[in-house]
Amino acid sequence: MSAAPQVRFYQVGSFAAGNRLLGPGLQSDQADPARANALTCGHRACQGCGEALGARYILDAAQRAAGGKVIAVNATGCLEVFSTPYPETSWQLPWLHSLFGNAPAVAAGVAAALRAKGRTDIRVVGQGGDGGTVDIGLGCLSGMFERNDDVLYVCYDNEAYMNTGVQRSGATPPTARTATTQAVGEEPGAPFGQGKNLPLIAMAHEIPYVATATVAGLRDLEAKVHRAMGMRGARYLHVLVPCPLGWGTASHDTVRIARLAEQTGLFPVFEAKDGEVTDVTPIRRRLPVEEYLRPQKRYAHLFQPELRTDVIARLQRTADRNIARFGLLAQEEASS
Amino acid sequence: MLKQTEGSRAVAETVAHCRPEVIAAYPISPQTHIVEELSRLVKSGALKPCEYVNVESEFAAMSMCIGASAAGARTYTATASQGLLYMVEALYNASGLGLPIVMTVANRAIGAPINIWNDHSDSMSQRDSGWIQLYARDNQEASDLHPQAFRLAEELSLPVMVCMDGFVLTHAWERIDVPEQAQLDAFLPPYEPRQVLDPDEPVSIGAMVGPEAFTEVRYLAHAKQMQALEAIPRVAAEFRRVFGRESGGLIHPYRCEDAETIVVALGSVFGTVCDVVDEMRERGVRIGALAITSFRPFPLQAVRAVLGGVRQVVVLERALAVGIGGIVSANVRTALSGIQLDGHTVIAGLGGRAITKVSLHRLFDDAIAGRLEQLTFLDLNTALVERELARMARTRRSGPSAENILRDAGSNR
Repeated sequence: MSAAPQVRFYQVGSFAAGNRLLGPGLQSDQADPARANALTCGHRACQGCGEALGARYILDAAQRAAGGKVIAVNATGCLEVFSTPYPETSWQLPWLHSLFGNAPAVAAGVAAALRAKGRTDIRVVGQGGDGGTVDIGLGCLSGMFERNDDVLYVCYDNEAYMNTGVQRSGATPPTARTATTQAVGEEPGAPFGQGKNLPLIAMAHEIPYVATATVAGLRDLEAKVHRAMGMRGARYLHVLVPCPLGWGTASHDTVRIARLAEQTGLFPVFEAKDGEVTDVTPIRRRLPVEEYLRPQKRYAHLFQPELRTDVIARLQRTADRNIARFGLLAQEEASS
Repeated sequence: MLKQTEGSRAVAETVAHCRPEVIAAYPISPQTHIVEELSRLVKSGALKPCEYVNVESEFAAMSMCIGASAAGARTYTATASQGLLYMVEALYNASGLGLPIVMTVANRAIGAPINIWNDHSDSMSQRDSGWIQLYARDNQEASDLHPQAFRLAEELSLPVMVCMDGFVLTHAWERIDVPEQAQLDAFLPPYEPRQVLDPDEPVSIGAMVGPEAFTEVRYLAHAKQMQALEAIPRVAAEFRRVFGRESGGLIHPYRCEDAETIVVALGSVFGTVCDVVDEMRERGVRIGALAITSFRPFPLQAVRAVLGGVRQVVVLERALAVGIGGIVSANVRTALSGIQLDGHTVIAGLGGRAITKVSLHRLFDDAIAGRLEQLTFLDLNTALVERELARMARTRRSGPSAENILRDAGSNR
């Protein structure tokens, strides 16, 4: 870096302030006071909401990448409910909500209109939670992928239907307690199964770009949005967004929990182009899944009244399989 | 230009001359010929700029229309039957968001049992969806209603359904005057949206509304539909000025002036009804017919003005409201509230059964002679249904109820 970085302001002990000491090219979009501020503060999300955090970073980054010319389409869900109670709105960009299961098709419709009008400068971002994406909206999403519509679709995965009171979705992990997979009976919590791995399903459509991310890696998240916005066609971003309410975690722990999901290997962070994995975020310090499970009330039944080492071992095998499949271990640890 | 052509093709060409910018389409009989022809017109370059999108379902088709319309594009789709029902959630959304989407419904029965032939079960099921519903009497009107539908939709910011009888109209070849591009451009100006998704002037569309304002929002939806009662005849009159043809409007009375009996009908059966009226008039019977073109909004005043003084009204229903009977009849009755007259509901032509002149003559003669029940199923095979009802009465239902035990005891004797 040759040019001296321009310091705007300084806060002691803040990672964000440190970020501002970096050169302009390395700074986070959020470090810029002139950021788009797509989702303003004052909305009604819970404290520590991972989805609100993710949405703010993603849309600001998308706006920056597109020179401010972004239209957002939203599925029904927490993000829509907490941001637009009539007559208020937290959105500083054109925003459209229609239904729970149709956000990909509505976004594709916006993209089609822009194409007809020759507006190549305006870009479309579709967004929804895991329920709206992996369950009820999957048909529309698959159609959007298949046609390669020029839309970046973002799934905010908090692993259950949080807006309606924490019921199981197709993205709920095994053994997790939800209001419809209670921690009672022979096999408490959500059953083990094949799971519905939407990033892999998206890759099977051979769309230009598929990536996963978490709100623990916010710079990584921004970078992936910029990368996706640099492309045309159907792009898919699957972001893990912990939900303090549904997961039973402390409000201040959202980022830490997301990082644990990465570091245990339970949530592999990778990128894929045209159906092939092109890059992974290696795990710097590998941790046992127990470290991720223990702080979450939705897994409390694995620790009391008795420690379910058998179930935890099964989850560990899932994490191990992810690590092997995506090659997630950093070089030094893999060789040691 | 006057030419011999298929109803679907005439509609497709007229829609193309309306210059839609986005068409989302999913195939379903008997709507297919419309979207096939439009796909050809777009791909050949005859219709441009226009994005023709093949979608994975009718739910996606209507959802895509919602997005395209909100982004400021003139938007069109077509469907029928199960497809319309598969769209339902998005239909209510399109009207609630005030999006001027135009859709052709090639009317067809709803299963089960599956039946691809014509009746009005599909569009009638959406009478409360907030869409304007216009019913075409023939293929000329089916074609002509589309430019009028775009005018109405865009003036009122409401979606409009043009209903044309499946197969009976869609697949029929007739001499049709398909509007020329220049003529249509004189009638239908470019689309100027009420609100549009624009990064330079951001708006939030589709916000959540709670109990404090929801009733008001719904009231406004009703008030806006009522404005269509003024707009529909005005647009039809303008259409007549430009094209020199009578198409659209709220209602079409036929020989009603001195009629004692009036038959109410929607869609293509009206032509047959008028023929029968003519033949009965030759016999000196004072009978007339009334077509309702605008079923939503329902023209209460106009219908009352025509039917208010007659002795007898027979409503030909092309759909069945199971558990009560007629759908159109209930609306006609509302129009005639406080007026005493002899009213009959006739369920006719379900699932494509032909409505013949012979049957209509018998039906109207019965009505005039006072032999008609209040609810009648035209040409019902009574032997078949009585046999089946008797079998159902004999068949044991599940459970050890006293009724079943007694029936079993009876059968042992």
